[in-house]
Parts: sequence; C-alpha cells; structure tokens
Amino acid sequence: MGWTRKDLLTIRELEPAEILTLIDTAASLEEIAGREIKKVPALRGKTVVNLFYENSTRTRTSFEIAGKWLSADVINFAASGSSAAKGESFVDTARNIAAMSPNVVVVRHSSSGAPALLARELSCAIVNAGDGAHEHPTQALLDLLTIRNKKGHFEGLSVAIVGDIAHSRVARSNIHGMKKLGMTVTVAGPPTLIPPYAQELGCKVSYRLEDAIRDVDVIMMLRLQQERMHAGLIPSLREYSRYWGLTLDRLAAHARPDVLIMHPGPVNRGVELSPEVADGPYSVILDQVAKGVAVRMAVLLLLAGGRSGEEK
Amino acid sequence: MTLLIRGGRVIDPAGSVDAVQDVLIEHGKIARIGGRLTTSQGATVIDAAGKWVCPGFIDMHVHLREPGHEYKETVATGTRAAAAGGFTAVCCMANTQPVNDNRAVTDYIRAKADSEGVVRVYPVGAVTRGLEGKELAELAELAEAGCVAFSDDGKCVMNAELYRRAMEYTLPFGAPVISHAEDHTLARAGCMNEGVVSTELGLPGIPAAAEDVMVARDIVLAELTGAHVHVAHLSTAGAVRLVRDAKARGVRVTAEVTPHHLLLTEEAVRAWDANTKMAPPLRTKRDTEALIEALADGTIDCVATDHAPHALSEKEGEFDRAANGVVGLETAVALLIDRLVRPGLLPVATLVSRLSRDPARLLRLPGGGLGVGAPADLTLIDPEAVVRIDPATFKSKSRNTPFAGWTATGRPWKTIVAGKVVWES
Repeated sequence: MGWTRKDLLTIRELEPAEILTLIDTAASLEEIAGREIKKVPALRGKTVVNLFYENSTRTRTSFEIAGKWLSADVINFAASGSSAAKGESFVDTARNIAAMSPNVVVVRHSSSGAPALLARELSCAIVNAGDGAHEHPTQALLDLLTIRNKKGHFEGLSVAIVGDIAHSRVARSNIHGMKKLGMTVTVAGPPTLIPPYAQELGCKVSYRLEDAIRDVDVIMMLRLQQERMHAGLIPSLREYSRYWGLTLDRLAAHARPDVLIMHPGPVNRGVELSPEVADGPYSVILDQVAKGVAVRMAVLLLLAGGRSGEEK
Repeated sequence: MTLLIRGGRVIDPAGSVDAVQDVLIEHGKIARIGGRLTTSQGATVIDAAGKWVCPGFIDMHVHLREPGHEYKETVATGTRAAAAGGFTAVCCMANTQPVNDNRAVTDYIRAKADSEGVVRVYPVGAVTRGLEGKELAELAELAEAGCVAFSDDGKCVMNAELYRRAMEYTLPFGAPVISHAEDHTLARAGCMNEGVVSTELGLPGIPAAAEDVMVARDIVLAELTGAHVHVAHLSTAGAVRLVRDAKARGVRVTAEVTPHHLLLTEEAVRAWDANTKMAPPLRTKRDTEALIEALADGTIDCVATDHAPHALSEKEGEFDRAANGVVGLETAVALLIDRLVRPGLLPVATLVSRLSRDPARLLRLPGGGLGVGAPADLTLIDPEAVVRIDPATFKSKSRNTPFAGWTATGRPWKTIVAGKVVWES
C-alpha cells in the first residue's frame, strides 16, 4: 500500500496496511546504518525542522540522524533559547517557521493535540514526535519493527505494558498499533497509574505484575517519572520498585523463556528494571534505539520524498 | 411613547398565557394585553403575526469583562450581544479586574450600563475579597449598591467554613450565593471531562465527582444555614440527582444549565478545538440526557449561557493551555428552540419560563412576566426563520463559540427593553 497522508499524527487513525507500509519501508532502510558512507540522496534539497518544545535527546537525535542520512537539511529548533522563551505563542512560532518553507516539521510538545493543531495550520508535512500523554507514533513503529524482527510476525502475540500507563503516550500509540496488527495487550500498574476506561482502548487491565507478565511474548516496561510520587499517585519509588520492578527472579518465576523485554527509555535502573534485566539476554532496548533511526527515515521519506515540487 | 405588538402568539408562563393576543405598551410598561386592541394615532405598531411574544429573557450568568478585560468584551458590546440574542437583562459575574468585590466596582459597572448598555445589567458581587477564598467581601455594601447575588464564579470557595459564613451573612439581603461547584483538589490540572475521550487523547481529566462532591457540600451548607444556594452551570447527572433530592427535602437550592452542557458532549473535544474547553467541562451523553430531563421537570430552574468571551489568541493555541469558556448570548435561544423544542424534548412554554420567569423569580428581579404594569421587556421570536451561526456576525467582541456553522430554525426577531426596540433582525 502506498502512502497518501500529509502528516503522521497518530497511530489510532492509521489503517493496518499503512502501519505495515511504514514498517516495511523502515526495514528496507535499516542496512544504511551498516554502510561505510551513511548517506543516500533521497531527500536532497528538502528541509526538515525539528521543533522540540520538550526536552528530548533520543528522539531528536534520532530524527536528526535520519534526516541527515537521507541528505535532508535538518534544523533543530528548541523552545528554550528561542522565541518561545520570549513569549511568542506556539501558533505564531509555527507560522513563522512555515514562512521559511520547510518540507517537514517534526514536533514534540508537552500538550496533547499540539501536532494536530500544527497540521491544521501549516501546509507542510507534520510528524508527531510525542504530544503530551496522547501519542508517540514513531516510538510505536520502532517497537513494532523490533517485535517483528525478533518474533517474525504480529498476529496472535501477547504484550504486557507495565507502569505509568496514565501519563504515557508510548503506551497509547503502542496499544493502538498492536491491536490493529492482531496482538493482545494487557496494561498493568498500580490503579492510580492506569487511566480511567483503559478497557475502552481494547486492552485488559492487571493490577499485579506477576499476573501481567505470565506467558506473554513481550513485556514493555515504562519509565516511572518522579513527579508521580509528589502528585500522590504512588507512595515511594522504593515501594513501586518492590511491587512493579522487573527483576531476573520475577522473570524466571513467571515469564516465558523467550520473552522480549522492551523499554522506550530512558531507563530508571533499579526502579522499573533491574540492571540485570536491562542488560540481560531478554532485553532488546538497544535494538529499539537502532530501529528508531530506520523508522524515522521511513517516515521522512514517505512524507517528503518523491513529491518534489508538488503542491501539498 | 406607545407601542402595539399586534397578533403575535403571546407565551407568558407567569400568567399562564399561550394565545394570540395584542400587547400594548405605554411609558415603558405593559398597559394592556388582549384581543384586537386599538391605539391612538401615531403609536408604533409591530405586526407580529406568526411570531412568538415572550417576556424578556434574562441571562443570569454572563461575563461582561469590564472593567479590566475590555479586549474581550465591554458593557457596550456585551449588552449588544445580549440584545441580539434576545436577552433583555443579564447578570454579570464578579471576576473582572479589579474584582467586583467592593462598591466602587459595582457603581462603575452600573454607570457603564446606564450610559453604554442597551439591556438591563445586574451585577453579581464577589463572595470573597479578590476571589481569593480567604476573607469575605463587603457583602452588605455590595447588596446595597445593587448586586443581586454573590459568587466567586470561575473559582470555587474551597473553605467550607468561610462559605458557610457567607451564606449566613447574606441571609438578610434576599440574594442567593451562586456556587461554581468544582472541587479544585479533584479537578487539578484537568482540562476536559475525565472519561473515555480524555483517556484516548491523553488530556488530564476532571471527574464528574469534582462537581458532585461540591454540590453535595453546598446543599448540606444550605440546609445548615437556611440560605438560598444557586448552583451555576450544572453539568453532571450526579449533580442533577443531588439537586432533585435536596429540592424534594425542601432545601433552598436552585440551579442553572448552559446551552453547551445541554447540547454538546466530550466527543466534541476530539477536534482539539479550544472552543470546546470550559469549566465545568463538556460531559457525556448520559449527563446531557439527565440535564435535559431536569430542565423539563424543573429540577433545573433556568438556562444561563455563562457567556465567557476570550480573544482569539487565548483560544487558538494548545488545548490544555487555552482559556476556559465560550460565548453564548447570541446562539442560546436559536439552538435551544431548534434542538430541544422542535424535537419535542422541551415544551416551548417551559423553555420560555426557564429563560424569563424562573431566573426573575429566583433573583427577585423585575420582569419575567407580561402582567399589566410590568416593565415592557419582551423577546420576540420568529419560529420559522433559519439561522446559520456565523461568529463573524457577532455583536460580541469575541468569537469563541463551539457552535460555528450550526444551523437552527427559530431565532430572536426583536428585543424590547422598557418599551424600546433595542435590536431587530
């Protein structure tokens, strides 16, 4: 299936075939990372603006590398130290950037819906690089690519997503994507970190780690933000780690021997993952990061490639 | 000056009238109502055949934004918006800058209304100084200056002891305390209803319980003090149930509902349009059904718009950072006729009552009925006119409506205040 969308805003709105197009394209681009000269001319003369209103090292770097390997001109615009810090509104900043005619704007924002706002406002392609607790589509795509790479297929696989589901855009994008591709999803965590009506998203809910990880093919651990403690959602990191931290003992006792351990990073070692698990044989955390570049190349290519000179 | 409104369908719930009649107005008051009235030469005659002739509509919950936020609205523009929406009187909330927590501000608003307003303006005084919820405002003097009710609207008085004292202190004035019933600790940073949609969109939610808890508290305090508590912008099925039970027990509690809480649900937020953001937030279909039922059976006493003008710049950005509130004066009547009266959800006489007699009664305002000698405030409606809501045509300074592009059949035709036509379509 070809790609016809102007923007990549959510996984929720994609057809399964569109998700597969993105993943297949990414898979075909993975080999570039192994070349001695990591450069293809696909997006030569195209401009990609990374518009990051929220701190990000991994995602921004990943998009930057992806754009550069495709020969696009990549500009990083961080909200601090920019006009945003001088009080310019989001919409105004966006219009100003649009006036410089970029081909793609990659946006990360702490407000849910900010990329959708840009997509309505600007005629160039918009990529959602994470908005609030809404979606993080490229993270889900790289997670899916990692899973297919290890398991060979999607249909029938079971996944447990564990931790702070309520505040996680990674969880939401993955839930949508995994459901669309025929996987079953269980979300697990203390009830205060599970959003209301989580079942309406099409997943099972578990309040016990041991139950959630039993017999699943994939365990995806989420980062626990320290703020959640201050907001009264959990009593302490110590207690969280005691009941929700994934350790080798727990894995051995309850999980399948061929389970994959995933984490979108950055990992709080000793909180949600013990170091032995993070670095252990089940962990595919670094595969995820590597596949992130391929996925972002695919996204940029499909949104900006082969449309040179076309009116969008 | 004499005005004769001839041949309209007079709908006056206060007088139990619903019949084709003539209305004769002299010296700003209703002089006679009856069949085939005659008048002297030189009187103005309005041929109202096919139109509805109603007591002037009263919107008891409006933000006129003056003083302090004149870039959003002024007394001049807000009262023109009211007139264009069929309202002959508005109550303006105290969250101006400075806050209407002292006589000087009340006097200023009333002077502005006298010199620049086109409909009647009744200020609502603050309950607490600066709306800070810490000390009582000078409530007696505010009442003497003409405030018809007291409210920290926009904020909830979280301190139950202070709110109890406000209810007690205002007992002698015959003016209700109006509650913005929303427990801040439960609402937190929420920016929409907590439910399926907030979970999908990843927006922080405000649970219905944030309202229900506070409505329950205020009902208990009304029972304790014997005061009249009016709950602003009821939005949940749970709050409806609490008010219904309290009324059955004889507690002095009344309530209002806005057109947007009657006609929209949380589903509207999916478009990320900040014109679907307000406090309390849009709820679920179950809630709107309960609200409509409660409006019909009298559990909810009146419709009020919570007209909350904001500049485009406060509404075009990120949803969670956008200002709360929507304008409502110029869309309420048409939408309620089209969406509630036409499908048979609400009898027309009930809608007229909820917009005129009932708010007048609960605030003890003049008007609300068409009895002989009453102020000649009338709202005339063309029940067949089709209107498409176009914010560009608003008299309000602001355009923040969630109803842009909606069409409705039935709309205000002429607005008459003290016998004078202040707006006509």
